[in-house]
Amino acid sequence: MKKDISEDLGKSGRGALKSFFVKLASIRELTVFAVVLALGFGIALFSPYFLRLNNIMSIVRTLSTTTIMAIGMTMVIITGGIDLSVGSVLGLAGMFTAMSFSHNYPPILCVMLGLSAGLVCGFINGLLITAVNLPPFIATLGTMSICRGLIYVITRGNPLTPALADGYKFIGQGYIGVVPMPVVIMLILVVAFQFCMKQTRFGRYVYALGGNEQASRLSGVKTKRVKLQVYTIAGFLSAIAGVILYARMTSAEAAAGLGEEMNVIAATVIGGASMSGGSGSVIGALIGAVLIGVIKNGMVLLNINSYAQQAVTGIVILLAVGIDMFRQKKD
Amino acid sequence: MEPYLKMVNVSKTFPGVRALRDVSLEVARGEVLALIGENGAGKSTLMKVLTGVYRPDNSPDTKIIIDGFEISIESPTHARSRGISIIYQELATVSNLTVAENIFLAREPLTKLGLIDHKTINRCSRELLDSLNMDINLKSLVGELSLGQQMMVEIAKAISYDAKILVMDEPTASLSYKETVTLMNLIRDMKAKGIGIIYISHRLEEIFEIADRVTILRDGVSVGTLPVAEATKEILVRKMVDRDLLDIFVKNESFTQSEVILKAENIRNIKRKNELGGVQLQNISFELRRGEILGFSGLVGSGRTETMELLFGMHPYKGDIYLSGKKLHMKSPRDAIDAGIGFATEDRKQLGLVLDMTVRENISLPSLESISNMQLVNKTKEREICKRHVDTLSIKTPSTEQATINLSGGNQQKVVLAKWLQLAPRVLIVDEPTRGIDIGAKAEVHSLLTELASKGVAIILVSSELSEILAMSDRIIVLREGAIAGEFTQQEATQDKIIACAFGSGEIIGKAV
Ligand SMILES: Nc1ncnc2c1ncn2[C@@H]1O[C@H](COP(=O)(O)OP(=O)(O)OP(=O)(O)O)[C@@H](O)[C@H]1O
Ligand SMILES: [Mg+2]
Repeated sequence: MKKDISEDLGKSGRGALKSFFVKLASIRELTVFAVVLALGFGIALFSPYFLRLNNIMSIVRTLSTTTIMAIGMTMVIITGGIDLSVGSVLGLAGMFTAMSFSHNYPPILCVMLGLSAGLVCGFINGLLITAVNLPPFIATLGTMSICRGLIYVITRGNPLTPALADGYKFIGQGYIGVVPMPVVIMLILVVAFQFCMKQTRFGRYVYALGGNEQASRLSGVKTKRVKLQVYTIAGFLSAIAGVILYARMTSAEAAAGLGEEMNVIAATVIGGASMSGGSGSVIGALIGAVLIGVIKNGMVLLNINSYAQQAVTGIVILLAVGIDMFRQKKD
Repeated sequence: MEPYLKMVNVSKTFPGVRALRDVSLEVARGEVLALIGENGAGKSTLMKVLTGVYRPDNSPDTKIIIDGFEISIESPTHARSRGISIIYQELATVSNLTVAENIFLAREPLTKLGLIDHKTINRCSRELLDSLNMDINLKSLVGELSLGQQMMVEIAKAISYDAKILVMDEPTASLSYKETVTLMNLIRDMKAKGIGIIYISHRLEEIFEIADRVTILRDGVSVGTLPVAEATKEILVRKMVDRDLLDIFVKNESFTQSEVILKAENIRNIKRKNELGGVQLQNISFELRRGEILGFSGLVGSGRTETMELLFGMHPYKGDIYLSGKKLHMKSPRDAIDAGIGFATEDRKQLGLVLDMTVRENISLPSLESISNMQLVNKTKEREICKRHVDTLSIKTPSTEQATINLSGGNQQKVVLAKWLQLAPRVLIVDEPTRGIDIGAKAEVHSLLTELASKGVAIILVSSELSEILAMSDRIIVLREGAIAGEFTQQEATQDKIIACAFGSGEIIGKAV
C-alpha cells in the first residue's frame, strides 16, 4: 500500500531499525526522492556546474509554477478526475493581469482580477463535471480550448507588455535571502496543501471520494460539493502560477502555459498519484516536479539535443509509474 | 481411495499477520469437505493459495499434491488447468454478455472465417446446463439474472473447464432461501459426478445437510477434521471459537409502547434503479417507535433494500417521511445523517467501505465532523474511538491502520457496522447485518442491536434469514413485489406465516394491511 511520509515517519519511530528502512522503501515519495538524488549526483559528476547555488535556484524557480499547478492536479487526480485546462488557465490569468495593468488599475486589483479569472474557470470546470455530469476529461478539454481561444481572440496573438509596478515584479523576480520569490510561494503552498490533505476533514473527504465515490456519499460526504471545491482550487492555483509567471516574464504571451498540463500531470503521477483515484500526495507532486526539472536541467548541461528532452521525460514517466505498479503487484 | 487433492503444511504470512500456519487438508473426488472457522481464521486465504492467487510461504514441508503429483500452483489459470476452480462470493461474471458467452469467455470456438461460432457455443452451453439440470435461458444477459442464477452460470463455467475440485467460498451468503435449496441439489448432483467440493460457510445447518467431512480452522491453524456424522453443532462451535457460546440470540425483554420516531407515509420511488432490475415500490406506510426493532422480511427483489434507500435519502421519492413529527426533505444521504438516520448497507465492497482506506478512516467517515475541531481532524481521538470499536466488535486486524481491503470478509462487515455505531443515530437501518459473519460475532451483533434498542435507538432490521428476523424483531413487516403484504407482532409471527406472506401463496394470516 502506498503511504504518505508525514504519517509514516511519525509512527515508525519506535520500530526496529530494519523494519524502519523497509517501510521507508515502501513510501513512494522517498523512492522518487532517492532517484532524484542519484540522478543529481550523476549529473554533478559530469558537470560540476550543476551543484552551483544559482543553477539549483534556477531549477527550482523554473519548476515552481509547475509544482503549484501540480498541487491542484494532485487533488483532482485523487478524486479520480483530470484537469486538462491548467495550462490555458495559467495563460488566461496572466493575460487578465496584464490587461488590468494596461488599464492602470492598482497592482493589488490586477492580481486579484488575474486570480479570479482562474477561480471562475475552475468553478466552471467543477459545474460542468458535477452539475452537467460531463466526464472530467471532456469538460476540461473543452475549457482548455475555450480559454486558449479567448486569449487569442483578446490579444490577436500579440504579447501584452504594459508597465508593471515594482512590487508586482518582485513576486516573479525577487529573492528572499538566496531563495527566489516564486519558490517561497511554492513552498508555502506545498506545506499548506499537504497539511490540508492530511490533517483536515476536507482532505479526508477528497481521498475517500476518490477511493469509492458511492460509499463516501453514503457516509455523508457531499461528493458533488467536494468535487466542485477541488476543481475550483485547481483553477485558482493555476492562476497563481499564471500571475507569478507573468511577473517573472513581464510579458503576457498568448502561448504562455501551452502544453504545460502534460508536465503537471507527469509530475503528479511520478509523485505517486494514481489515475484511478484515491492515492497521491502534494509532497509527491513536488518531488515529481523536481525530478522532471533536474532531468531537463541535466540534459541542457550535458548538451543533449533539446528535442530529445521531451522523449526522455516520457520515458521517465513510464519508468517511474511502471516500477511502482510492478512493486505493488509483487506484494 | 487416495484423495485427489492433498495440501500439506501450508503457511501464509502477510505483513503483520500470520494468516495460515501448517494447515493440511485432503479432498477425495465425489466428496464434500466443509471448511469452517471464525472470521479471519484463514479460510479464504487457504483457498487462494490452492487456486494460485497467493503463493504459500517457502518451506520444505509444504506440499500440494494433485492426483498423485506434487505441484506448485503458479496462477489461477494454472490451477484451473489442473482441475481446480473456485466460485468467489463476489461473482466474476460479465453482466453485459449472455449466459452462453460468459461460459465460453476467452476461449470462444471460431468458425472457418475466424468469427465467433455462436452455434457451437449455444449448443455446448445448452448441453452443459441440461446436464446440470439448470433451467436458465442461454440468451439472456447475465446482468438480468438473479444472483442465484448468476452463481449457477459460474458453476456451469467451472464445470465446463472439467473441474475435479470446486471451491465455493460462502456461496449462500447472498442467496434466497429457494436458491439455496437449488444449490444444495446441484452440489449433490456434482458429487454424484465425482467432483470434489470444498464448501465454506458460516451456516452450520448447511454443513450438516451437505458435507461429508469438516475441517475446522482457528487463527490460521487447523484444529481438526472429522466426519460430519460424528459432529454436533456444539462440538464444531467449541472447536471454532474455543469457548462456549450462547445460542442464537433471542430478544427477551419485550418492547413497551413509546413515541413514534420515524413515520413513512405512502412513500415510493420515482424511478426504478435501472431498466433491468429494481422494484417499483407502491405506497409504503409504517411507523417506527423509540427502542423498537422493526424487522423487514420478504423475498430477494421484494423491495426491502429500495425502501431503505428512500428512507436514507439516496433517491428522489414521492410521499412523506417524518422524523419525530417533523417532515424531512432529504436530497442526499448527508441530509438523512444530519437528521439522525444511519444505514449500514448490505453491499460492503461497493457501498460500505472505501477499501483502500484504513479501518480508522472508514469507521470515522460518517462522524468526522464530531471528531474534528473546525476542519482539523483530531487523530488521537479518532484512534481511540476506533480502538474501542475494534475491541467491542472484536474486529480482527493487526492495527487500526490496516487498509480494509486486507481484512477478511466478515471483519469488513464489522467495520461497516462500527462506522454507524460511532455515529450514534436515532434511527439505525441495518441491511443484512450478519451476512458473512461467524456465529460468535453474530451473537455479539445481535446483543449489540438489542442493547442499542434498549437505549432508545429505533432499529430497522432487514434480513433474509428468517430465524434472525423472528428472534430479533418486535414487529415484522413483510414486503412482496414492492408493497407491504403483511405485518406481524412478535407473538403472532411464525416462520410459516412469514414465508406464506412473502410468497403470497395461501391465505395471508395475521393482520394484513
Ligand atoms: N492481502 C492481505 N494482506 C494482509 N492481511 C491479509 C490479507 N488477506 C487476508 N489477510 C488476513 O489474514 C487473515 C485470514 O483472512 P481470511 O480472509 O482468510 O479469513 P476467512 O477465514 O476467510 O474469514 P471470513 O469468514 O471473515 O471470510 C485475516 O486476519 C486477514 O486480515
Ligand atoms: Mg473469507
